Amino acid sequence: MSGLPSPGATGEQTTVGVLALQGDFEAHGAVLARLGAIVREVRVPADLEGLDGLVIPGGESTTITLGIEREQLGEPLKAFHASGKPIFGTCAGLIMLDSEHLGIIDLRAERNAFGRQVRSFEAPVELGLPGGPVAAVFIRAPWIADHGPDVEILAEVDGHGVAAREGQVLVVAFHPELSGDDRLHALFLQSVRDARLAAA
Amino acid sequence: MRDEATFKVKAGLAEMLKGGVIMDVIDQEQARIAEAAGACAVMALERVPSDIRRDGGVARMSDPEMIQSIQEAVTIPVMAKARIGHFAEAQVLEELEVDYIDESEVLTPADEANHIDKWPFRVPFVCGATNLGEALRRIGEGAAMIRSKGEAGTGDIVEAVRHLRTINGEIKRLGGLGEAEIATAAKDHAAPLELVRAVAASGRLPVVMFCAGGIATPADASLVMQLGAEGVFVGSGIFKSADPVARAAAIVEATTHFSVPERVLRASEGLGAAMDSIESRKLEESELLSNRGW
Repeated sequence: MSGLPSPGATGEQTTVGVLALQGDFEAHGAVLARLGAIVREVRVPADLEGLDGLVIPGGESTTITLGIEREQLGEPLKAFHASGKPIFGTCAGLIMLDSEHLGIIDLRAERNAFGRQVRSFEAPVELGLPGGPVAAVFIRAPWIADHGPDVEILAEVDGHGVAAREGQVLVVAFHPELSGDDRLHALFLQSVRDARLAAA
Repeated sequence: MRDEATFKVKAGLAEMLKGGVIMDVIDQEQARIAEAAGACAVMALERVPSDIRRDGGVARMSDPEMIQSIQEAVTIPVMAKARIGHFAEAQVLEELEVDYIDESEVLTPADEANHIDKWPFRVPFVCGATNLGEALRRIGEGAAMIRSKGEAGTGDIVEAVRHLRTINGEIKRLGGLGEAEIATAAKDHAAPLELVRAVAASGRLPVVMFCAGGIATPADASLVMQLGAEGVFVGSGIFKSADPVARAAAIVEATTHFSVPERVLRASEGLGAAMDSIESRKLEESELLSNRGW
C-alpha cells in the first residue's frame, strides 16, 4: 500500500470495488459513493488491482458462482482477502463467501432459507449499532446454518444468524443497499479506511 | 414486526435479477441447462413464443404441473405467464408460489379493457411496455418490474430497439419539463401524475426495466444493454438455436460484459445457427403481439 497516496482526513481516496458480474451492484455503488468512496465495478481479476475493500452484492448466487468460475476470479478474491482487505457480502454475497463457495468466511449458508419470493419480507434487525435496529430487506434470503468458533453472529431472525463477522469479513443475509439505511455501509467503509491506515 | 410481500421486496427481487438473463424453458431439462449456463431466472411456459406464433389458437397459462416440475428442477427464481387481465390465472400462479408473474402479451389477452389489478397479490408482477405511458400505467396497477416488449418469437431485434429507445427518450424529455408541463405530460402519456413526476425527478423508471422480444445473439444482448436495458429476457432465441447450451452461456457472458466488444466477440464465436427468424415488418397487424395491452 506504500505506493498509494495517504488518505486525506475524510478518506476521499478510499477506493471500493463492487463485484459486478450480476445482481444489484449499482445499488451498492450508489450507497458507497454517497458515503464518499470511489467506486469501481469488478468483473475481471485486473479490476481488483489497488482496491482498498470489496463488496459482493445480492443477485443470483448460481449466476455469480458461474461468473466467478468463468472469469477465474476465485483465487484472486481469496488473495484479496488474504492481503487483509475488508470484504462485505450481502445476501448472495454472503453465500459466495461461505465455506461451500469461496471459503473466505467460516460459515455455511442455507440458500433461500426463508422460502420462495412470497415469503420475502422487511423487518427491523438489531445489530447493536447507534441509532437502533436497521431496516432490513430480506429477498429469497439465506441464513447462516452453522459456523466456526471465530465467527461472531451479529444478529438473528427466527433463531438463525443473518449477520456475522470474522476478521475483516462482514456478511448479512439482507439488503442494506435497498433500505436507505446506510449505517452498515458506513461501518464497512470505516473498516476499509482503518485497514488502509494500518497498512500504510 | 415482519412485513411480507411489500412493494419494496417485490421490486427488490427485480433488483437482484439485474445484469442477468431470464430464459424461457418448457421442461426440466431446459431449465437445468438454463441454470447451468448462468440464467438468473427461468420463465416456465409450455410453448416458446415462436411456437405460439406458428401454432396459432388461444395461448393460455401453462399447465401447473409443468410449472411445478420446473420449480423442483432448479433453485433460481421461476416465473410464469398469465394472460393480460386474467386475474384468476394469476391467482393460480400465486398458489403455486412462482417467484414472478409475467402478465404477458405473448398469451392471448383475456380482457381487452383492463389489466390485472396487481396490488392485492403477494407475488410480484412483470409487465411489457412499448412506451413510457404504458410502463407507468402498469406500475400504477402494481407491476414491480417492466420489460420492453419487442416482438416476441421473431428473432428480430428491431422492435425491442424501438421500444427501448422510445421509453428512454421519453424519460429524457421529461427531465427538461417544469412542474406545469409535467401535468400535461402525464395527460399526454395517460400515466399517473405522481409517477410521471417521480420519473422526471429521478431520470429513470421507479422499477427495474429488462428488454424482451427478439434477442437471438450475444450482440443483440449487448446492443439492448448499451441502450439502457438492465437485463434481458430470451424466449425462443436459445432453445430454438442450433446449440442451446453454448448460446445460453454466451448470452449470459455478453450481458455481463456488454460494453466490452472483445468479450462480446469471444462470446459470439462458434455458436452455430441462431433461431429461425421472421422479419417483424413482414408481419400483418393482427400478428403483432406487442400491440396487445394498452
